Amino acid sequence: MLRAVRNWCLAVVVALFVAPATAQELKIGLASEPSAMDPHFHNLTPNNSLLSHVFERLVETDPSNKLIPGLAESWKILDGNIWEFKLRAGVKWHDGSAFTADDVIFTFERAPNVPNSPSSFATSTKGKTLKKIDDLTLQFSTPGPYPLLANDLSNVLIVSRKTGEGAKTEDYNSGKAAVGTGPFKFASFTPGDKIEMVRNPDYWGTKAAFEKITFKPIKAGPARVAALLAGDVDIIEDVPTADIERLKKEPRIALSQGVSRRVIYFHLDQFRDETPFIKAKDGGAIKNPLRDKRVRQALSKAINRDAIVSRVMEGVALPASQFLADQFFGVSAKLKPVAFDLEGARKLLAEAGYPNGFKMTMHGPNGRYTNDVKIIEAVAQMFTRAGIETSIETLPPAVFFSRASAGAGGLPEFSFILVGWSADTGETSGSLKPLVGTFDKDKGTGSANRGRYSNPALDAMIAEAQATVDDGKRAGILAQAVEIAIDDVAIIPSHYPINTWGTRKGLKITPRADEYTFVMGVTKE
Amino acid sequence: MTAFILRRLMQSVGVVLVMSLIVFFGVHVVGDPVYLLINPQADQKDIEAAIRALGLDRPIWEQYWHFMKGAASGDLGRSFIFGEPALKVITQRMPATIELALAAIAMAVVIGIPLGLYAGLKPDARLSKGIMAASIVGFSLPTFWVGLMLIMVFAVILGWLPSTGRGTTASFLGVSSSLFTRDGLAHIALPALNLALLKISLVIRLTRAGTREAIHQDYIKFARAKGLPDRRVIGVHLLKNILIPVVTVLGLEFGNLVAFSVVTETIFSWPGMGKLLIQAIQSLDRPVIVAYLILIVLMFVIINLVVDILYSILDPRVRLGEGSA
Repeated sequence: MLRAVRNWCLAVVVALFVAPATAQELKIGLASEPSAMDPHFHNLTPNNSLLSHVFERLVETDPSNKLIPGLAESWKILDGNIWEFKLRAGVKWHDGSAFTADDVIFTFERAPNVPNSPSSFATSTKGKTLKKIDDLTLQFSTPGPYPLLANDLSNVLIVSRKTGEGAKTEDYNSGKAAVGTGPFKFASFTPGDKIEMVRNPDYWGTKAAFEKITFKPIKAGPARVAALLAGDVDIIEDVPTADIERLKKEPRIALSQGVSRRVIYFHLDQFRDETPFIKAKDGGAIKNPLRDKRVRQALSKAINRDAIVSRVMEGVALPASQFLADQFFGVSAKLKPVAFDLEGARKLLAEAGYPNGFKMTMHGPNGRYTNDVKIIEAVAQMFTRAGIETSIETLPPAVFFSRASAGAGGLPEFSFILVGWSADTGETSGSLKPLVGTFDKDKGTGSANRGRYSNPALDAMIAEAQATVDDGKRAGILAQAVEIAIDDVAIIPSHYPINTWGTRKGLKITPRADEYTFVMGVTKE
Repeated sequence: MTAFILRRLMQSVGVVLVMSLIVFFGVHVVGDPVYLLINPQADQKDIEAAIRALGLDRPIWEQYWHFMKGAASGDLGRSFIFGEPALKVITQRMPATIELALAAIAMAVVIGIPLGLYAGLKPDARLSKGIMAASIVGFSLPTFWVGLMLIMVFAVILGWLPSTGRGTTASFLGVSSSLFTRDGLAHIALPALNLALLKISLVIRLTRAGTREAIHQDYIKFARAKGLPDRRVIGVHLLKNILIPVVTVLGLEFGNLVAFSVVTETIFSWPGMGKLLIQAIQSLDRPVIVAYLILIVLMFVIINLVVDILYSILDPRVRLGEGSA
């Protein structure tokens, strides 16, 4: 009987697995699904990451987000306002036509004007005038000195004029217009199911190590891990922190980790005299205590960052001292994470006139950042121990962000929030300007300043940095600006998450600070 | 009959109107997805441009009027997330969901009815008690937990079946489905079983109850007295009579499976409509939510209609059109 059962099981297994996957194929489990195959439809990580396999940029970034040549071989600054880019010769589009400066000019016309785009690339393309010198030379000019030009270009995927002219987002989704220069050619896109690509045998650079790659969006974390364990995918991104310890012991699996360019931090209401979610202990109205620097310092001291990192994040994060982790451009070398000091926090609160603390409600998204709810719960308890009775309310991300940005008649609605920030430029001006610059629509500063912190001295420094083309000088100004903002507790940084990728044994993936998952970074051991 | 169908359709138009109004304004009150979708580097003007691009800068009644105008000509708006027509986004994912629902219903019928019959005919047998106990377990286990367990056992530990996604599809008689390939069947086995578990239990209990009741009816006794073979008594006389509640329930359950197999589709990354709906709700993709619910209302109306027609075939005493709407 037992033998019969065993034979039957064996027969089933053999029957199901006679069709072996080709050795050259790679399957990747994605945490979030790209919304389109049009590289200019939606300027957000899932799309930008995936489409980098098909399309390329003039300037690319290495895994630590430093700029490296892409479709542009080299560039130089002629004077502060004009940059000249030499394009790579001999690059061919997937349809065989040659890549020239015309394609770049076409891209910059198309990218900001894609209809129905929920997040336009105008953010990266605006303020730049393109001039073709010859087929492989291009000049970009800006109204004033603009040091971030190359950073901006590292965000725009170049499309072919020949196939892109008149093409709509649908044409890219169907593959008709999805013609790039990248190491992979687009093969198919089944929304919700998979995206397939094949190797580009005529690629100008290092040719891809895999014949065919398939991306499968598997949103649920446990399901992604199960798919990796079951061998249905070879690589997964965003391994849930709870599974990391177990996977480390799994002999079939290898993990790769790298610190992110994201910071998880708290934004504080610093513009209202009375803030809606802070009350006296007896429930009566009080003046907004967050406008007192000592209270902000007390809150920062009351947070046990080491405990958040080791307990809540299970070790996959670093305690944060500023806007970006140490290896990035424009950070301050002097700043260290604020030490946990409960007594010091209580003392500062007493000095500020709140010896008995006050009542506060902390808000945050549920499910936007790794372990966001758990972090909010932990920090609320820490504050309560320091005397600030903190209750929490977490909201679905879509609801949270619209209310936190403009919920109170166009103004930020909450008093104290947990948020995250990913500096897409890979340097600190990309954090300073939107987060702690004064909210000013005309200048475009403070666009994500949900605490409406405002400091004219800091604004001046950010503006100066933005007009300083010399990298060494700019790094110095930015570091100083960061120190001012942190010293004034404009925001309270919590931690820098560490991203984890899982691969089956025998494969290795280079972790990237921008959280992109690149097959180009996958090597066979 | 025609009048009956027409009246049904008229009613459904009313339901769709009210529903679209509630959902449209409801989602508007909850918020909009712009701040979630926009790139962090976007400044205030970029954000305003995105709000304009999605038409969210207009007053809500104007947006609704715009939507109704489009809907009258079959255009239910464009998805905020995908930029494509909402209807297309949904129908693209429909075949995957329908085949999953069909597979689950087939499992429920093929497994549930024989087991229920057996339990009804031999209520005191040990096996019958076992079947009934198992059906209670099938009822009470949460779908997401069973799904994860199925993946753990059959995909991770045993490695027999794939854990995620839909298999390769093939065309047969002009219909493209993953049910026609072995790879497809292997992929659908676990999610379909996960969905079917509850339905199997339901069918077992319904069939058993029906059998217990019908077995003592005069017409069964009469059939037996006439000397008809057991096979005919049970297979025709009994089964036909107990099938009415089973058909009703399965019809509605089929609708539920198509519309709301959200949990199973999410766990197994099944590229169907349920996963789309939950994504749309999470990201407040209003055009997709509204279009989805309109489709679902229409689907339920049609299913109810089909169930009523099947009734009249199974039970000649039921006549359509006499106030049975």
